Amino acid sequence: MNLSEKYDMTVVKWFTIMSSVYLVAGTFFGVYIASELAFPYLNDLGTDLPYFQFGRLRPLHTNTVIFAFGGSALMAAAFYIVQRTNQVRLWSNKMAWFTFWSWNTVIVLAIVTLPLGLTQSKEYAELEWPIDILIALSWSSYLYNFIMTIHMRDKNKVPHVYVANWFFMGMMVMVTYLHVVNNLSIPVDWFKSYSIFSGVQDAMIQWWWGHNAVGFFLTAGFLGMMYYFVPKQAQRPVYSYRLSIIHFWALMFGYVWLGAHHLQYTALPDWAGSLGATISLAMIIPSWGGALNGILTLSGAWDRLREDYILRFLIMSLAFYAMSTFEGPVMAAKNVNALSHYTDWTIGHVHSGALGWNIMVAAGSLYHMIERIYNVKLNQKLLAAHFWIHTVGAVTYIIAMWVSGIMQGLMWRAYDEYGTLAYTFAESVAAMHPYYVMRAAGGVLVFTGAVIMLINIVSTIRRANAAQPANA
Amino acid sequence: MSNHNGKESLQAKLEKNIFAMYLFMALAVSLAGIVQIVPLFTNPDTVKQTAQAADGSTQQLTWQRKEGQTLQDWKAGDGVRPHTALELAGRDIYQREGCFLCHSQMIRPFRDENERYGHYSLAVESQYDHPFQWGSKRTGPDLARVGGKYSDEWHILHLRHPQALVPESVMPKYKFLDNAIVDGDKIAVHMKGLSKVGVPYTDADIAGASETVTGKTEMDAMVAYLQVLGTMIKFENGTTYRE
Repeated sequence: MNLSEKYDMTVVKWFTIMSSVYLVAGTFFGVYIASELAFPYLNDLGTDLPYFQFGRLRPLHTNTVIFAFGGSALMAAAFYIVQRTNQVRLWSNKMAWFTFWSWNTVIVLAIVTLPLGLTQSKEYAELEWPIDILIALSWSSYLYNFIMTIHMRDKNKVPHVYVANWFFMGMMVMVTYLHVVNNLSIPVDWFKSYSIFSGVQDAMIQWWWGHNAVGFFLTAGFLGMMYYFVPKQAQRPVYSYRLSIIHFWALMFGYVWLGAHHLQYTALPDWAGSLGATISLAMIIPSWGGALNGILTLSGAWDRLREDYILRFLIMSLAFYAMSTFEGPVMAAKNVNALSHYTDWTIGHVHSGALGWNIMVAAGSLYHMIERIYNVKLNQKLLAAHFWIHTVGAVTYIIAMWVSGIMQGLMWRAYDEYGTLAYTFAESVAAMHPYYVMRAAGGVLVFTGAVIMLINIVSTIRRANAAQPANA
Repeated sequence: MSNHNGKESLQAKLEKNIFAMYLFMALAVSLAGIVQIVPLFTNPDTVKQTAQAADGSTQQLTWQRKEGQTLQDWKAGDGVRPHTALELAGRDIYQREGCFLCHSQMIRPFRDENERYGHYSLAVESQYDHPFQWGSKRTGPDLARVGGKYSDEWHILHLRHPQALVPESVMPKYKFLDNAIVDGDKIAVHMKGLSKVGVPYTDADIAGASETVTGKTEMDAMVAYLQVLGTMIKFENGTTYRE
């Protein structure tokens, strides 16, 4: 019996396909806005229109990549994993389709409203209140269906809920909480609202959300993928069960504190920023524990990396995860943050997570699911091409931002021999140009990789459908 | 998984009962918010309303508006006040265009920042900002104290074509602000909304809002907003603004 007969896999397929479609869109927007910073003419292309300007398209890039690509990948993976590990169909296939359609509606609304300038102007929570309500409904259906599916398992056959499920559930719980609180606002018309919080409190709540969109949406959820797909692809059990327990609870408890490290030396009371920085430093322990847990799962099977590109994606993602969870605490340290805050280094850090960790672990997971659901092999040449083009693109991007970020920070604080500021702000902008070009070039490679991934997935599905019309 | 003495651990129980695990997760993720965020609402020191001058006198940082005074009676340096209708219209545009994505409004207490941008920012200065506009990135310079630094004419020329004044700039052109007129009735509704979340607009402020913005373009509004940034508090030498 194949997977599609035993489980509800059609919704998983569609989330998988949409996720790779949105990756192409999101990386395209990213390349475009990166190019705008290198070549400002692209902001209006000689027209007098606001719709393609950086300020309007940047939220479109972040929303498409995080919520459209990342969200669809999380939903595909969660619905796949919860059925496989609990050996039961979804509690409600219909509700999963509601999640699918409502989530995609949110994305379409985002693509329409953001270029129109309809925004709450809170980073990663730009969408206006009616869309926020739809997000809350869609997300709740996802959470409810997930928990009920676990609850419905045969408790004699599967007494313990597998670790990947904890990570997904933790992510769902926290994101609900964050989304609701951070978006509390007073509507003044259908597409304009003001946050009920102001100033310091609003800043803290925004970064409590902002950092945990990273910590939960992009970390805990994607670790759920890691804990299932790495062992599956490597055909070995997870390295350490105990380590996964520590990883999980330390992450749940610890990540939530970190938002304040985005606000050091600001008007936020010092104790809150220092608390955020201290716990940020401590977070390196569970993060590296988790990364090692994933990588060491390969113990005794390292040779598989030689021929298995899906496994390479997964293992490379863990290397980037380890690197960016080391970089994060370093940047949270107050004296480093004094330099790095407000610079491109932050953008580089986010992208070492997004390009290195998120896209790679998701690509490995999506590829794995396609092979299993359709019972086919993906085109190995395209897999290899995606892996190398993406890796080179990600590294190019990150290096460009390290150099430009640190250079910015140093130029802003540099003094000349007379004790006056050595550089004007405009000089620091001019100095960024080569790195902005380099960053855009790295982005083009990542975008190319995403196109290759989509081609591979679509052509493989068509091949599979043609071979077995009954399974279509 | 069992302990060596055969008793089932809490972790094992949670793994078997998904609803119990749900509760423990919810608890684990709530603690930080309770310790780190709640005190920001309850502790009055979070947004200090006064500063201690060297001679022992107290400086009020928020504008002490007297009965019957309008927003027009406020003078630069009188203390933090809500934005006028025109400034608020400008702030709405600032939000709409995503200015905060490239410009911070939060000066940190470092020598170079104080020399480049001015006195470090105080919490009280953004107390009426729903939402806050501190930003997280300086692709362009900080704007927390840009008010009064350049003339209105400079701002208009710069917004229309930034590269004409600053050749190195990567900022988009905002010429289209010249072509749109501010909707006065809409601004009055926005002020009413803000007053519901605690911004101290009087009924007279709201009633008079529409009139004060009649015929103004979005460019006028934007410039009005930029010109008030950072000018509300008069910073005195020797006064302690932050411990």
